[in-house]
Amino acid sequence: MSSPSLVAPAGVREITIAQAVNEALAEELRRDETVFVIGEDVAEAGTPFKVLSGLVEEFGPERILDSPISEAGITGLGVGAAMTGLRPVVDIMFGDFLTLVMDQLANQAAKAHYMSGGKLSVPLVLRTTLGATRRSAAQHSQSLQAWIAHVPGLKVVLPSTPYDAKGLLKSAIRDDNPVVFIEDKMDWRVAGEVPPGEYTLPLGVADVKRSGEDVTLVGTSSMVRVCLEAADLLAAEGISAEVVDPRTLSPLDGAALIESARKTGRAIVVDEGHRSYGVTAELAAVIAEGAFHYLDAPVRRLGALDVPVPFSPTLEDETVPTPDLVAATARDLCGRT
Amino acid sequence: MSATDRSAARTAIIAERLLGMYREMTTIRFFEEQVDQLYRGAKMPGLAHLYSGEEAVAVGVCGSLRRDDYITSTHRGHGHCLAKGADVGLMFAELLGREPGYCRGKGGSMHIADHANGNLGANAIVGGSTGIATGAAFSAKRRGTDQVSVCFFGDGALGQGLLYEVMNMASLWMLPVVYVCENNLYNEYTPYLEATAGSILDRPRSFGIEALEVDGQDVLAVFAAAQELVERARRGGGPGFLLCNTYRYHGHHVGDVDRLYYRSKEEEQLWKRERDPITLLRTSILEQGLAGEEVLAAIEEEARATVEHAVAFALEAPFPEPGEVTEDVFA
Repeated sequence: MSSPSLVAPAGVREITIAQAVNEALAEELRRDETVFVIGEDVAEAGTPFKVLSGLVEEFGPERILDSPISEAGITGLGVGAAMTGLRPVVDIMFGDFLTLVMDQLANQAAKAHYMSGGKLSVPLVLRTTLGATRRSAAQHSQSLQAWIAHVPGLKVVLPSTPYDAKGLLKSAIRDDNPVVFIEDKMDWRVAGEVPPGEYTLPLGVADVKRSGEDVTLVGTSSMVRVCLEAADLLAAEGISAEVVDPRTLSPLDGAALIESARKTGRAIVVDEGHRSYGVTAELAAVIAEGAFHYLDAPVRRLGALDVPVPFSPTLEDETVPTPDLVAATARDLCGRT
Repeated sequence: MSATDRSAARTAIIAERLLGMYREMTTIRFFEEQVDQLYRGAKMPGLAHLYSGEEAVAVGVCGSLRRDDYITSTHRGHGHCLAKGADVGLMFAELLGREPGYCRGKGGSMHIADHANGNLGANAIVGGSTGIATGAAFSAKRRGTDQVSVCFFGDGALGQGLLYEVMNMASLWMLPVVYVCENNLYNEYTPYLEATAGSILDRPRSFGIEALEVDGQDVLAVFAAAQELVERARRGGGPGFLLCNTYRYHGHHVGDVDRLYYRSKEEEQLWKRERDPITLLRTSILEQGLAGEEVLAAIEEEARATVEHAVAFALEAPFPEPGEVTEDVFA
């Protein structure tokens, strides 16, 4: 129901991913006094991307808090606030800045519950971004979800539609664990159907975005749309592709990936992080281990080139998987060249 | 009540308070001696960082706190945890990796957390808990309580950028947090002066944070200064910074026994002989006539017995079941 191409049933609106994120935050801020947002330029500016516009007007600067440019500091402050009764949503403007918060995220937030034998909890959401092709060069374009997903104790959410973004963010805020919620900054304007009422989506449940028979395309975040476009191209050639979106990397709905791969016998995994040691390696291994005897060919992986993201459009566009590349890989996998 | 009676009552209260501090400091000292013995006897897995010599800081500062006030601690945290109310037996159980330990054996010496007493955890990343302490203060203020948060750290943490990020925010937002710097003169194996430029107190003061310096071997001086900063923070006066000059009797950790390359035996002996916080308090109590030798000896005996019973309890306690390894990853 979340495909942008579907016709909206009665009562269902089309809103963008940015609006869905904004709505989820507003609803949770309204529902729970302990929720607050902290980050750089989140209040009057509504973030440089305007995703949070209007929140400070409704909830005030006490709950939509502009911070100094101190990513590690606001994350650490968030961890302490989360341990003591609040539910912070820490806004880290660019995913690249995850490098700056890593101690507070990986050593503090992720481990506090375990290290304390379950005494401490850190119900914190860290919202940040991924994605290249915005002509922002190497320090504002990375997709670092693999770094985060490698750390036990962190949940990692990668929404690809407005419907998923809203339902998953509300669940993330209500979760008693640290959740890293990563939005594709190129897709904030993508519109899709979202019901007007209250709903949440569970973390750890994949979604089949398009059913198919011949090949499974597993896409994350920005790559879900790439996979759907590839499926359109393939359909015109008589290849039926199934597109599966894990939606969360941790917890991972491995069973859904395996089930689809067993059905189609072929799988391609696409993620915008670097290919080496990346998310695609883990997902491909899960499929290979769970569906080996059903596969007609090895699982294929497509990720960002193993180079820093370059600036010039002709260079940058070489680094990210495209629908054409996914379709060509699928053709090859299906023995159709 | 006559003036004489009032004076006697006041003296009794002071005596009770000081004897309580004496009991706590003595307990910490015995505790750390036992930790050292457990390490040397190969009964304790891993290492531990002993607090001996610095007892007046933890006891003086925590003496100014309520049970529901928060602290964050460090890798050298046993003293803070005990002074904030931790149970000696459950502490030892954790140090020995046993099931009844504070963290069910998952944290060990450097990660004791005791939420019931406001202890948000010792921390093995130098400076790593400064954000947590500041966040707890933010939370207390946001929730409208009058709780205060104390962040313990050593001179080594002065080199960590996170401290300055969060002091900036604490001052901007007038958060009820007191940063307590225990300057024991050494960043691990390096004299702090080799790693610390300028004035330590100028650092918090440049953020507009009220900063005081005390003799960290004098528990009353620590207590008085901490109380001033804590109550100021509690009343909404904003953050404070307390520099406590102290000394670490042992090495960086229990295994650091050959220390001559970074400090002399004479220096260590001088501190122990002239500046021992427990001896200083003992002398003060006796000189003021607040208690006699026999009272102090009884307290020492009681503390020693408490620690010995706790060690025996911990040594008898079961290890966690191996299957518990996957529990508590997520709440």
